[in-house]
Amino acid sequence: MSIDITLTVNGREINTEVSPETTLVQLLREHLLLTGTHVGCDTSQCGACTVHLDGRAVKSCTVLAVQADGSEVTTIEGIAVAGGLHPMQAAFHQCHGLQCGFCTAGMIMSAIDLVTREDDLDEATIRKGLAGNICRCTGYHNIVKAVQMAAGQMEGRGHE
Amino acid sequence: MYSFNYSKPDTIEAAREMMRSAEDGIYLAGGQTLIPAMKQRLSAPTDVIDLSSIGELTDIDVSDGRVRLGALVKHADVAGSDAVRSAIPALADLAAGIGDAQVRNRGTIGGSVANNDPAADYPAALLGLGASVHTDQRQIPADDFFVGLFETALEEGEIITQVAFPVPDRAAYAKFPNPASRYATVGVFIGVRDGVTRVAVTGAAPCAFRSAEIEAALNAEISARSLDGITIGADDLNNDIHASAEYRAHLVTVMAKRAVTALPK
Repeated sequence: MSIDITLTVNGREINTEVSPETTLVQLLREHLLLTGTHVGCDTSQCGACTVHLDGRAVKSCTVLAVQADGSEVTTIEGIAVAGGLHPMQAAFHQCHGLQCGFCTAGMIMSAIDLVTREDDLDEATIRKGLAGNICRCTGYHNIVKAVQMAAGQMEGRGHE
Repeated sequence: MYSFNYSKPDTIEAAREMMRSAEDGIYLAGGQTLIPAMKQRLSAPTDVIDLSSIGELTDIDVSDGRVRLGALVKHADVAGSDAVRSAIPALADLAAGIGDAQVRNRGTIGGSVANNDPAADYPAALLGLGASVHTDQRQIPADDFFVGLFETALEEGEIITQVAFPVPDRAAYAKFPNPASRYATVGVFIGVRDGVTRVAVTGAAPCAFRSAEIEAALNAEISARSLDGITIGADDLNNDIHASAEYRAHLVTVMAKRAVTALPK
């Protein structure tokens, strides 16, 4: 069985055919070659595959590509502003919020969603907000610092 | 993942028809349990019927002393709803503590309730608040809905449309989460309405249940002190690598005390 879907990925309209068992992360990585999104555990625990689906952070290993039909998807490749990094990317760079870098794309996508939704971001809120993302290097301290730094710089915070 | 047929009907009637004609069909809501279960082949349906296009299932309505959540309302929407939070803050808090942010952005109340995981949070809220589960066929009181391990009163093909919670006078939920999964090792939900206290426990046993002993003690006096000396038997409780049955039995009274203490004045 193969199903025709249309979705927007990083602002570009994609029309493609997928089999129902194709996960969103497989569509992104294997069909669209957007390999910035990683697959860590493939069991919905580590968050390395986090992307935004209609503006919300989701684990793309636990969404079927067919479920994203008609939706807007943003991956790590789609967040940089013209001529520079997204403030969250810049903050991770500046605070050394990564060691091996495997979890980083997912951390950044989760952190952007968190900062957009939460007004009052103390350390505990950030740690709770990133509970769905695991860093195998255990480098959480600088990740939290980076999110705090970016939160001070991102515009359009607390829209809810 | 192995292959299966996928369909996305627009109406409940069409979904039921697809389920009838499927060899071994399953409904898909948020997919946060079903998709991992299918990857591990714990679940291997021939047909996945996606309910997400049935618009009427995503409404949140707070009126006439009831909080009504459509079956496809996501945990993040419950956690973020001012209307839910002002009517039943404990319910909004419970939803905010399910899984992690990404899971809450996809997972739905109908999916959670239909799955009836022994460590899920929502069953405790339904039992503790005396909620009712509305389906395309009937209304089922929460007390009759949760039947056993991953087992509910739903008949083959029946679709949950809504969960309706009567607004309590006071309610609180206390959970001891598994630190990795955030599922409840033990969670206790207490709801007080018209002078009657309901106490529901999740995570401890194969199915969420109401504790008659704790309810009796709290109906005599609502205070943590009145739970002193109550011991919960470990015989029928879950025993796994995360916690022994005896440990869970102990946690039931500890979480009950915490929930009582957290009840709004």
